[in-house]
Amino acid sequence: MSTDIAHEEHHHGPPKGIGRWLFSTNHKDIGTMYLVFALTMLFVGGASAMYIRAELFMPGVQFMEPDFYNNMVTNHALIMVFAVVMPAAAGLANWMIPMMIGAPDMALPRLNNLSFWLLPAAAVMLILSTVVPFLPGGGSAINTGWTLYPPLSIQTGMAMDFAIFTVHILGVSSILASINIVVTILNMRAPGMTLFKMPMFCWAWLFTGLLLIIIAPVLAGGVTMLLFDRHFGTSFFDAAGGGDPVLFQHLFWFFGHPEVYVLLLPSIGVLAMIIPTFARKPLFGYNSLVGGMAILFTLGLVAWAHHQYTVGMAAGPTTWFMIITILISIPVGLMLLNFMMTMWRGAMTFETPMLFAVAIVLMFSFAGVTGIMLAVVPADLEYHDSMFVVAHFHYALIPGALMGLLAAAFYWLPKWTGNMYDERLGKIFFWWNVISFNITFFPQHFYGLAGMPRRIVDYNPAFADLNMISSLGAFAYGLSHLLFLYIVIKTVRGGVKAGNKPWEGAQIGTPGLEWDLSSPPPFHSFTTPPVVK
Amino acid sequence: MRDKTLQNGLEQTHEKNKKTTRLLLLIVVGMFGFGFAMVPLYRLVCNVAGIGISGAANSGRIIDKSGHPRSIDKERLVTIQFDSLINEGLQWEFHPLVKEMKVHPGKPYEVSYYAKNNSGKKVVAQAIPGITPWQATSYFHKTECFCFTQQTLDSGEEKDMPLKFIIDPDLPKDIKVVTLSYTFMDTDRSSLRKKRELNLPSDNKHKG
Repeated sequence: MSTDIAHEEHHHGPPKGIGRWLFSTNHKDIGTMYLVFALTMLFVGGASAMYIRAELFMPGVQFMEPDFYNNMVTNHALIMVFAVVMPAAAGLANWMIPMMIGAPDMALPRLNNLSFWLLPAAAVMLILSTVVPFLPGGGSAINTGWTLYPPLSIQTGMAMDFAIFTVHILGVSSILASINIVVTILNMRAPGMTLFKMPMFCWAWLFTGLLLIIIAPVLAGGVTMLLFDRHFGTSFFDAAGGGDPVLFQHLFWFFGHPEVYVLLLPSIGVLAMIIPTFARKPLFGYNSLVGGMAILFTLGLVAWAHHQYTVGMAAGPTTWFMIITILISIPVGLMLLNFMMTMWRGAMTFETPMLFAVAIVLMFSFAGVTGIMLAVVPADLEYHDSMFVVAHFHYALIPGALMGLLAAAFYWLPKWTGNMYDERLGKIFFWWNVISFNITFFPQHFYGLAGMPRRIVDYNPAFADLNMISSLGAFAYGLSHLLFLYIVIKTVRGGVKAGNKPWEGAQIGTPGLEWDLSSPPPFHSFTTPPVVK
Repeated sequence: MRDKTLQNGLEQTHEKNKKTTRLLLLIVVGMFGFGFAMVPLYRLVCNVAGIGISGAANSGRIIDKSGHPRSIDKERLVTIQFDSLINEGLQWEFHPLVKEMKVHPGKPYEVSYYAKNNSGKKVVAQAIPGITPWQATSYFHKTECFCFTQQTLDSGEEKDMPLKFIIDPDLPKDIKVVTLSYTFMDTDRSSLRKKRELNLPSDNKHKG
């Protein structure tokens, strides 16, 4: 190891100045940047959500014209999906996976740098798409929602072109990140770290990465066709020229449905780390959880058209998609069983990450139940495009994705910073966050079933009271994240020293290589591969 | 000695990484292509499996393939409603000459739609049919339709366009009303693009 002294010196500590971040090829620095980016965008996407709830606080049009409302709905979805949850999950992967499997760094460090730095460019593009309609000659605002369905998306002004390029850039970024993570997991494991010894978070990301590699190019193709239809006179989706707008829906949802699992699986991986730690028991049914994810991966790819029951598909394919969708509840139910059986008779303690984990298992099951309701064709024809659907997917994605990421942040903050977070503030944040989340979204089930449509700026005054409750809950929910920001900043700045292994049960059932390193870990971990027994 | 094995190991991993990356990139390119392959595949699958939606995928060319003379069901009367729509950017007048008629299944009928070009220039347009409820689609046999081909109207030109159809006697008994709707669309999309750039409000004209 002492052959090249210059080399050694170069690699000891982080480089100084902004170059450290701009040109970084270090998985920890890039992971940090991903997480900071995601947290920043959480507030941008959150601001658009706050606008939506302020607008819906009372019936009638309060602030801006309806197109702007729909633009905010679009932005909220695009930002939360592509610029918050996915980058945050990629940030966790960057930080943790090399340490978990005993690798010196990611397999493709320069690619890693590229896939991160594409993100801010995409974010700027997306913000421009909102600004452009206000400029003279800027055309109309994006009013399609994140699904970008034609023919509306073909008629929208040039803001749509910005949105399409945003999707392109984000797609490239996530494909590159996924390739990197999959290659790292497959090739960079330390001797003795077999696939079936890996921490579950790595398995979750292996499936996530493969899914993204399969689906993201299809979305890229779909929006490329949209771009061609808009500018180059093609008729992929234009009925006048022999195209079919429903084709876009198929392309979009071929991506869009597995995307739900892309958002969900990393958090499932996180839960599979947190629950054994705080139950002080090895994960119940390691192999069955891997199998469950594999089944979810497969079924998820062939269930997409359950988003399109109302477009007039014939009975045959509709029935197929209904059956597959209902079948998906089986592997998901198995996963929840894995978690519950891990907790069963464990010596549980309820630190903030564990509180979140338990709440997620509960609330995500709830989304599963409403999901079954929506999967059934005759029922869905009634619920389609109502606020009930909004309630369903927020119960799926906030506990299933976002809260999982928050739990991960609490779980690994001591490892990243070397300092313990403030447990008292953490618990306050948990209760504030979870209660206000439920106040926001639970009433939406009711006024959705009663007939309030989604994506419309105004509503029947009959829904006024429940909407007001929703909005008040949403403001509290939005504000709670400021406390999270404060906790993170406080932890980064100092606190009780965490030690190598802040959680007593952290290595139960897994090799737990990351906990053998110091907290914070050295800039370059594992220059020689550790051996896993 | 140890350094050397380490070096070898690193090189091996490097090679393996390259190989896996290439494989994954191949999947990415393949799936991008798959997206485009969906365009013909989608049409093919729908036609072969007969799961086409409201006939939009094949311009509504629904032809009676059986060849058998149909017995006319004198007992039964089905209400057929005719509807017309004009897509954004097309300055045509377009409406059916009869709005509604009662027909006996199995008997051929002829109706006409009226179209006039108000745009001041020659326009080539295509009518896209839609049938509600969709379950009736395969029982609505058109033997002649202006929607089978593109229609060209000079500036100011008007014409009556014929539509001949037979309702299949096998039409499910619970269907009592069938609505046939046509949307005319400009095949030259530049007018649409101009509208988008000018940020005009949409002006879908609906004429019953």
